Amino acid sequence: MATISIRDVRKSYGKTEVIHGVSLDVADGEFIVIVGPSGCGKSTLLRMVAGLERITAGTMEIGGRVVNDLEPRERDIAMVFQNYALYPHMSVFDNMAYGLKIAGKTKDEIRQRVDQAAAMLQLEPYLDRKPRALSGGQRQRVAMGRALVRNPAVFLFDEPLSNLDAKLRVQMRLEIKQMQRSVGTTALYVTHDQVEAMTLADRLVVMNAGIAEQIDTPMAVYERPATRFVAGFIGSPAMNILKGSVSGSDFVLEGGGKLALDTKPAETGRPLLFGVRPEHLQIATAKEATLNLSVTAVETLGADTLAHGTLSGANGAGGELIARLPGSAKVAPGDTLPLTVQENMTHLFDAETGKRV
Amino acid sequence: MVEKQGFGTILMHAVLIIGIAIVCFPIYLTFVGSTLTHFEIIRPPMPLVPGPHFIDNYSEALTAGITAPVGRMLLNSFVMAMGIAIGKIAISILSAYAIVYFRFPFRMFAFWAIFMTLMLPVEVRIVPTYEVVASLGMLNSYTGLILPLIASATATFLFRQFFMTVPDELVEAARVDGAGPLRFFKDILLPLSVTNIAALFVILFIYGWNQFLWPLLITTKPEMNTIVMGLKQMMPTADDYGNWPVTMAAATLAVLPPVAVVIFMQRLFVKGLVETEK
Ligand SMILES: Nc1ncnc2c1ncn2[C@@H]1O[C@H](COP(=O)(O)OP(=O)(O)OP(=O)(O)O)[C@@H](O)[C@H]1O
Ligand SMILES: [Mg+2]
Repeated sequence: MATISIRDVRKSYGKTEVIHGVSLDVADGEFIVIVGPSGCGKSTLLRMVAGLERITAGTMEIGGRVVNDLEPRERDIAMVFQNYALYPHMSVFDNMAYGLKIAGKTKDEIRQRVDQAAAMLQLEPYLDRKPRALSGGQRQRVAMGRALVRNPAVFLFDEPLSNLDAKLRVQMRLEIKQMQRSVGTTALYVTHDQVEAMTLADRLVVMNAGIAEQIDTPMAVYERPATRFVAGFIGSPAMNILKGSVSGSDFVLEGGGKLALDTKPAETGRPLLFGVRPEHLQIATAKEATLNLSVTAVETLGADTLAHGTLSGANGAGGELIARLPGSAKVAPGDTLPLTVQENMTHLFDAETGKRV
Repeated sequence: MVEKQGFGTILMHAVLIIGIAIVCFPIYLTFVGSTLTHFEIIRPPMPLVPGPHFIDNYSEALTAGITAPVGRMLLNSFVMAMGIAIGKIAISILSAYAIVYFRFPFRMFAFWAIFMTLMLPVEVRIVPTYEVVASLGMLNSYTGLILPLIASATATFLFRQFFMTVPDELVEAARVDGAGPLRFFKDILLPLSVTNIAALFVILFIYGWNQFLWPLLITTKPEMNTIVMGLKQMMPTADDYGNWPVTMAAATLAVLPPVAVVIFMQRLFVKGLVETEK
């Protein structure tokens, strides 16, 4: 168990910098999920914590000890890989025991620890099997068991569930969370799946192009996205973004339409982006409506109905909008839907920097 | 594949049987020859069924032979073939390990230098090699027989190709588990290479066993001769009759160790193939 402190860490491959200075403080026992689109540097960051990749600049501390130049084995970490990376020629027992054997533990202690982990992960019937005789989910458990028996200071997970089918993924997600809770070990978890990210994380690190755009609790990231990128990345369907500028207490869309704002931003006239999540749009009576959506397509998901359309009074790229309505809502393409925005559920971003205003 | 019926099946089997017969008949004839007397062999037609002199001929071959006892030559050949096979595998697996997993100066140069030696088989470099071995005083010794033939670009290349297919994540998992370079090699890479090692062992053992020119050059004492050289010397030349039954017994004996190696190793690498499939 340990804290992790990452201070302005950078990584370059040759001349190209892929991590542009990330700082992160992880409390003891915290579950941190690093999420972001493909190629943003999530794995690279995790591998730098593991010691599999050298740090170009900055400092990395685990449990208060600077580990910049330490080998993985000296960092007291355990890692679960995307493809499990089980040793194909060793039995499940030996796979889990290998790290302990190297650490010079006695036979009795190894057996006791492996048995304990196997019981926790329901792997007892498979201890003598080779990995190839296991299903994907079982292999995944062995990989977790291998991390668990080491009783490390930090668990590192690199997309451990991405090779599993949807149902198993949900189940394993819960198991990982439970396991981490019960042993109380600090964990860093990389994924590009936002549902995994939201459900597992104590705190989320949303990364984009080598930068940590926001580090906060899942709810805070959802409710107050720090940048336009975060707003679009977290939440499904993505947040609606409309171009325009502030005038008085209204947001004037590029096409001329007006939206009332809850709070009055200081500046007037600067190009801004107005964001509202599809689930924060409600059907209203024609009189109350602040938005009128000309519906072009409807997706019925059962519990919800998604209405895609364009906003009258807005044009160009900013005019497209999605509203998430109750499943019972009756809409058809061609309708004009009167909508209101839920109170305090609007977001404004700078059009140039993408920062929240 | 099209299933052949009736005549087609018979034809296919006939072709296969003829092929096998063509390969096996001389071997059978050798065996038959090794159970007859000299005069039965040289007086045409030679009998096609084994005679009663099996024990006489084989014990004479093993203990006395013609130039040197066959038993001794078999031992020499065996030591040489084992030495070459084990030495080649040990050296090439280690150099492939270094080339694939370590970053050191002139790494690619080392690789290409090894690769270039493919162009220099024993026959091409035989004179300078002889010079070196002679001045090191290794003529008529097992070391002299084995050492110059140990370097192997082919095996290094094969292991390199195999190591490059081992997933990086496996290497990293081992590093995280705390395995240093030697442990990783011993605990993970070596067990995963068993199939390759077995297959290579067969090929290299036979390569070593069949060496002719090199042993001929550097062994002058009959008790250091290898069986392949010995067979050549036992062939009757110009004006002597030779001793055909003993020569044939020696030839039969010379075939046995490679056959044994193939049979034994084949079991091992078939097992390996089944076990490590991913
Ligand atoms: N060895 C390397 N040399 C050069 N560039 C590299 C190297 N390894 C990774 N990169 C680059 O670093 C960036 C981040 O890679 P990384 O593997 O961390 O992405 P990721 O966020 O894990 O993506 P994914 O979700 O697809 O796994 C990528 O743009 C990649 O091209
Ligand atoms: Mg990745």
